[in-house]
Amino acid sequence: MTARLLVIGLALVFAASYAAAQVGADKRRSGYQDMGEALQKMQDDDTANPGMLFVQLGGQLWNRAVGAADKSCADCHGDAAVSMKGVAARYPAIPQGSDRPVDLEGRINLCRTEHQKAEPLPPENRDLLALAVYVAHQSRDLQIAPPYDPRLDAFRREGAEIYRLRQGQLNLSCAICHDDNAGKKLAGIVIPEAHPTGYPIYRLEWQALGSLKRRLRNCLVGIRAEAWPLDAPEYVALELYLMQRARGLKLETPAVRP
Amino acid sequence: MSNILVNAPKTAKRGAAIEIKALIMHPMETGFRPGPNGRIIPRNIIERFTATWNGAEIFTMDMSPAIAANPFVSFFAEAKESGTVVLRWTGDEGFAAEQRVDIAVE
Repeated sequence: MTARLLVIGLALVFAASYAAAQVGADKRRSGYQDMGEALQKMQDDDTANPGMLFVQLGGQLWNRAVGAADKSCADCHGDAAVSMKGVAARYPAIPQGSDRPVDLEGRINLCRTEHQKAEPLPPENRDLLALAVYVAHQSRDLQIAPPYDPRLDAFRREGAEIYRLRQGQLNLSCAICHDDNAGKKLAGIVIPEAHPTGYPIYRLEWQALGSLKRRLRNCLVGIRAEAWPLDAPEYVALELYLMQRARGLKLETPAVRP
Repeated sequence: MSNILVNAPKTAKRGAAIEIKALIMHPMETGFRPGPNGRIIPRNIIERFTATWNGAEIFTMDMSPAIAANPFVSFFAEAKESGTVVLRWTGDEGFAAEQRVDIAVE
């Protein structure tokens, strides 16, 4: 009897430690975990998170008819809570009839030009970011799930190469900071692992909502490299690689960062 | 139309101190920054925030150019009687925004 209990007890211990090892296997950290408690609370509270103002604005724009076609997003897509759920988790993707991937903002502009017959919105435009954050917010708490699409492989490889390419006067690559030295400090700030879990993000430093593209330009300027033009395909390639790298992490949109 | 988020309790005990939190979308342009063309961007800030409870003033705040964009205001008020709290923001370029919150006091 005692022997049997001992066996069961040991089995339980093994099962528990195996489960713990499985949880511990994924050591990736969202930037959220490296923020102070005050900022985490700010992000978690939907009436204190300034990003939610833009989600509210995005919801208004979603229902507003624009362009020569006089159509709103809702006229085609209906309720975003249903139709847009999970979309941000699998972008960038290749739109139908194209051979190049686009990010979420790019997709919104495609909808504007093709279906609404409206002018595309310029990069970092407030309304464009508001629509993007509204769409991405519908995927909050879902896991990042890049699609299996062999056509994307070449772009992901390109993104991975850019990630490891030394650039700028400081001669740094993304990987040197965000892989090799992540978790250590740079000028008193924890270097994050660079997982795009909450874009578009509300950055306190910007006092505004910004896209991943803006964040990447920020890094390029930081290593004193020349930033690519705003419509460059490099950003989408890098985003494809980063999303692949962050596969399975939860989306937080709209995230707050210092 | 302004984008506003308010966090206030729907009900409160009589005499209790309740917290009201309000967030509003506004650029809070300082008037000190040059724009892309090198010229100073004109100041555009919220100058005053007021809160009234059934018409009686419970909180006011003068804002300055040093306050960040999308200002967040949090304050406490004593729950005396059921009614409507009106939050009002006014500022440069004729900016005016208002949000009403109904609070039931038991």
